[in-house]
Amino acid sequence: MVPDLTCDLLGLRLRNPIVLASGVLGTSAALLIRAARAGAGAVTSKSCGPGPRAGHANPVAVDWGHGVINAIGLSNPGAEEEAEMLLEARAGLEVLGVPLIASIFAGTVAEYGAVARIVAGAQPDLIEVNISCPNVADEFGTPFAADAEIAAGVTEAVKAAVGAVPISVKLAPNVPSVGRIARAVVEAGADAITAVNTMPGMVIDADAGKPVLSNRVGGISGPALKPIALRCVAEIVQAVDVPVIGTGGMMSGRDAAEMLMAGATAVGVGSAVWYRGVTVLGEIAAELGTFLSQHGYADLAAIRGTAAGGR
Amino acid sequence: MGMPTWRRSAGPLPVGDRGGVHERYTIVRVEAENYRTKTLVLDRPLKAGPGQFAMVWLPGVGEKPFSIAADDPLALTVVAVGPFSEAIHRLVPGDAVWVRGPLGQGVHPSRGPYYGASVVGGRGVWRGATAVPGTAGDCGGVWRGCMHRGKDGGRRAAETAVRGLGRRNGRRTATGTGVTTRVTTEDGTLGARGLVTEAVGAAVAQARPDVVYACGPVGMLELSNVNAMTWGYHTSSRGKPSCGAGWACAVRAKGTGAKVGWLVCHDGPVDRGWTLREPCRRTEE
Repeated sequence: MVPDLTCDLLGLRLRNPIVLASGVLGTSAALLIRAARAGAGAVTSKSCGPGPRAGHANPVAVDWGHGVINAIGLSNPGAEEEAEMLLEARAGLEVLGVPLIASIFAGTVAEYGAVARIVAGAQPDLIEVNISCPNVADEFGTPFAADAEIAAGVTEAVKAAVGAVPISVKLAPNVPSVGRIARAVVEAGADAITAVNTMPGMVIDADAGKPVLSNRVGGISGPALKPIALRCVAEIVQAVDVPVIGTGGMMSGRDAAEMLMAGATAVGVGSAVWYRGVTVLGEIAAELGTFLSQHGYADLAAIRGTAAGGR
Repeated sequence: MGMPTWRRSAGPLPVGDRGGVHERYTIVRVEAENYRTKTLVLDRPLKAGPGQFAMVWLPGVGEKPFSIAADDPLALTVVAVGPFSEAIHRLVPGDAVWVRGPLGQGVHPSRGPYYGASVVGGRGVWRGATAVPGTAGDCGGVWRGCMHRGKDGGRRAAETAVRGLGRRNGRRTATGTGVTTRVTTEDGTLGARGLVTEAVGAAVAQARPDVVYACGPVGMLELSNVNAMTWGYHTSSRGKPSCGAGWACAVRAKGTGAKVGWLVCHDGPVDRGWTLREPCRRTEE
């Protein structure tokens, strides 16, 4: 029996549930297309904002032994140039049948609306609203994802600006109740949830007596994030009835199965590219298929939510 | 025998690991190569393949990528061109640098012996010819050239920096590793007069090596390709490692400026050349 790995995400048909997460390989149309050719079911661009950003100085990312910590600093060319790249990417991805998710961020509610309007012009299949990046707190203050009311305000502004393009709001793991934030953004119009962004952390070099990253703090991703991400997704699917792109520490097909069991509709993969290369996107899909086959599951629906409370 | 094949790693690298956090190294010796180039020899090895690079961190100053000039012990050749490299130049034996690596795809010849040649110019640092298996011969060697016109004519010769090169004029200087190093300078103040690409072009046209590795400025790489069967080149035209992770990539194609789907840190920094010619007949004898 060959398990059916296809899944429906807001009417988008994904050949498999593996989604390239934002922040990895998403800086050019060529790289997004490359990720698609490597086997991703959908791909997410790197977050773009109102204007160009160079990001933080090096060191910006290191593997600390149990995952990655990064503070790239939301480097991006700005929404106008990004929209051109998205148009180019979309043309190439359509041929491959791989949906394009465009990620955006901003510093104010009004800016979110403005960026969303520009990016929506490129007609991505989905817009991911990054309200939860932890690496620019010095600049933007506390992430919007920490406050339900503000998160809802961002969601409303984006929803009003994007026309028919569906939106997924990307939540943070470091909140007292991620389910509460999820309810707020869904009530404000979010069509889906992406969970979760990286977890704030710090890596110190004891010999140097200093934090390793130039930003001092950064976002934890990779294996160390997995249990946190699974818990968040399980809580979110109990709170809202929209699809969830579950991301955080997905390194293998088995990890993907766990995320689906937690209730996710699709599975975001990012840091795994660091450890296993670009081909990991297709490899994880294949491994997931093997897992399903070995356990006698016919499709993703057979395991979706089975560990989260039976949705 | 045929050509050596080009083996790439699809995922985790075969030499060393993904780098992890920085390791603290102590500087044992500082070798002044010329008026603005120094080689830091560190206190222990970092196993690396030819072409790989390392991220060097000075806490509180920054982090930059550098080619690994030698791996046992680890040595880094640094040209002072900005604040970070100038900070490195101020370091003395006993000081510490933090290094993570090796990173990137190196060169992994699948079999030897074969005839290899390397052409290095500008700020290029390439230890490939001294590390890959090969047979020293008429075309087995390293051509090190200076292509830049200095304001001070007397300094043109000082631009060259070659690991292990004896500091005397001459066309050939043995490195002691079985590989011959030849130097060219535009004004002939050191080694042969002329462009390094002309010298290596003439040599490989006659001897036809299996592979030519090129490391240096874009112009030199292009000329190397025209003159030889270029197998790989150490990127300076395809982009430089930024974060070392492949997460902040914005590599642009030369000429068009369009962003390409090539990751300097994951796919490079060594890249395959533009054209391939027929294999070296000598290997089939």
